[in-house]
Amino acid sequence: MNTEAPPEVRLARNRVGVLAAMKGVFARDIKLAFRQRQDLLNPLLFFVMVVTLFPLGVSPEISFLSEAGAGILWVAALLSVLLSLDHLFRHDFDDGTLEQLVLQPQPLFLLILAKTVAHWMLTGLPLVLLTPVLGVMVHLDGNSIGVLCLTLLIGTPVLSLIGAIGAALTLGLRSAGVLLSLLVIPLYIPVLIFGTGTVAAASDGAAVGAYMALMGAFLMLALTLAPFAAAAALRISLSNG
Amino acid sequence: MAFDSFSAFMAMEGHGPYVWSCYAMFFVLMMVMMVWSVRSRKAAIESCRRGYEFQAGKLHGDSIESSSEKSKVAYSAPSAAFERVDVSQD
Amino acid sequence: MWQFFHKLGSPKWFFGISTRFAPWFLTGGMLLLVTGAVWGLAFAPTDYLQGDSYRIIFIHVPTAMLAQSVYIMMASAGVVTLVWRMKLADVFVKAVAPVGLVITFLALFTGAVWGKPTWGTWWIWDARLTSMLILLFLYGGVIALDRAINDEKSAARAVAVLTLVGVVNIPIIKYSVEWWNTLHQPATFKLTEKPSMPAEMWVPLLLSVLGLYLIFGWLACVRMQTEILCREQRSRWVKEFVTTGRV
Repeated sequence: MNTEAPPEVRLARNRVGVLAAMKGVFARDIKLAFRQRQDLLNPLLFFVMVVTLFPLGVSPEISFLSEAGAGILWVAALLSVLLSLDHLFRHDFDDGTLEQLVLQPQPLFLLILAKTVAHWMLTGLPLVLLTPVLGVMVHLDGNSIGVLCLTLLIGTPVLSLIGAIGAALTLGLRSAGVLLSLLVIPLYIPVLIFGTGTVAAASDGAAVGAYMALMGAFLMLALTLAPFAAAAALRISLSNG
Repeated sequence: MAFDSFSAFMAMEGHGPYVWSCYAMFFVLMMVMMVWSVRSRKAAIESCRRGYEFQAGKLHGDSIESSSEKSKVAYSAPSAAFERVDVSQD
Repeated sequence: MWQFFHKLGSPKWFFGISTRFAPWFLTGGMLLLVTGAVWGLAFAPTDYLQGDSYRIIFIHVPTAMLAQSVYIMMASAGVVTLVWRMKLADVFVKAVAPVGLVITFLALFTGAVWGKPTWGTWWIWDARLTSMLILLFLYGGVIALDRAINDEKSAARAVAVLTLVGVVNIPIIKYSVEWWNTLHQPATFKLTEKPSMPAEMWVPLLLSVLGLYLIFGWLACVRMQTEILCREQRSRWVKEFVTTGRV
């Protein structure tokens, strides 16, 4: 006899755990990104180019570069994360995947967290890995490069997390790109201040533990609050379209 | 009074331009904002009134033809529904 | 209490009550602000350190305080929009955001002009000025987002989310003086301590602060009424108000 299981049992069988769902979303985003390799490379190229503009545009002198280098790298990293934010939800919004994601039984903010982590792995992390090379090019000393990499390692996830809110808010709007930068840049400023401040303190020979702790606090705050805000914003944007 | 004369009041020990430009900016911008707000409120009332007048004109001033046509359309739907119910009861 | 809360959600009720109170806000605010300004300009004693340029304080501090509290009010209204979907809350946010922008600009402008005789430069990148500038950007972002979304309801809710996220910035403004410890003097009014200024200085300051808040109240009433009129154009009471002038 081929009786079908009652609906509750079928639902329970098909139910995917929260962690498994997050893993699925994460793996899907990574896989999709590696099929579109150019999209992966673009923010990195942009990062290198912006950094190149400063010696050309301001001054190639070692004294200037070694003083301003950390700031230049931070600003360039911030801008290239900003540039890549548009991709965070855009493709999924266009092909309807995002609506499926919202309809999942798993909490939306966790799925968005998974997407954001994937976004960071694809943009923030490569930027951090590229930083030592560019740091040498702008004549930072070894200690500063180390601290700079550490601040970027803590700071870029914050950028991705805050950016996810902006990307969700501006989803499907005309001129979303400019609007996104308008909304997100003010929120980025505290992270930038503390990121560069830490490197400046390190190059003065001061202890950076307290600064790092503050940046860690930023990360924790963003990690706990930003996914909720992004999920709320995403629901609003989808109901709008 | 903290000043001896009116010219001393205007000069403010040489800080006059700073102080007076601040106050001028403040009062000009506040006034502009207040006048603008009142005006846009009046404009909103006016546009509401024009909307009502437009509606009223449409209801009363339309030609007899179009209004009778409208009433035909309005009546046709319920009458059809009524008929169908009648048939099914038979 | 709850009945009051429900009433507060009704645009008609608000329209009636605000028409009654708005003139009092305006006259009271004007009276206090002009008294404070004249007192501060002409009668308050000269500061022994900064000379007469300190008289800018009587408009700088009110605008700076109002600029921050308007944002906090907008964020609180944002919570109300998201949780209770109260119509008036998003009317408030939409009506008040441009006022906040102008007030923040005034705070920055007066601060910059005050900085010239006091510090010798128009602009210093210290914590407070910078966070005020960020506040200006935040207001700009709120207004831009509101204009970009066509649907009224989702615009209100998106703006509410944005103000809530931005409100994280307000404590940074407040405590930045302690954090970065730069040139700017610490906050003038503290709730827990007696002000260090003599009474002839802080009484006019208090008057102008109260006056500006009252004028803001009046502006909010007028602008909210405009917004309500546009939204509720089809309701019967608006028609009655427009034709007879009574709510």
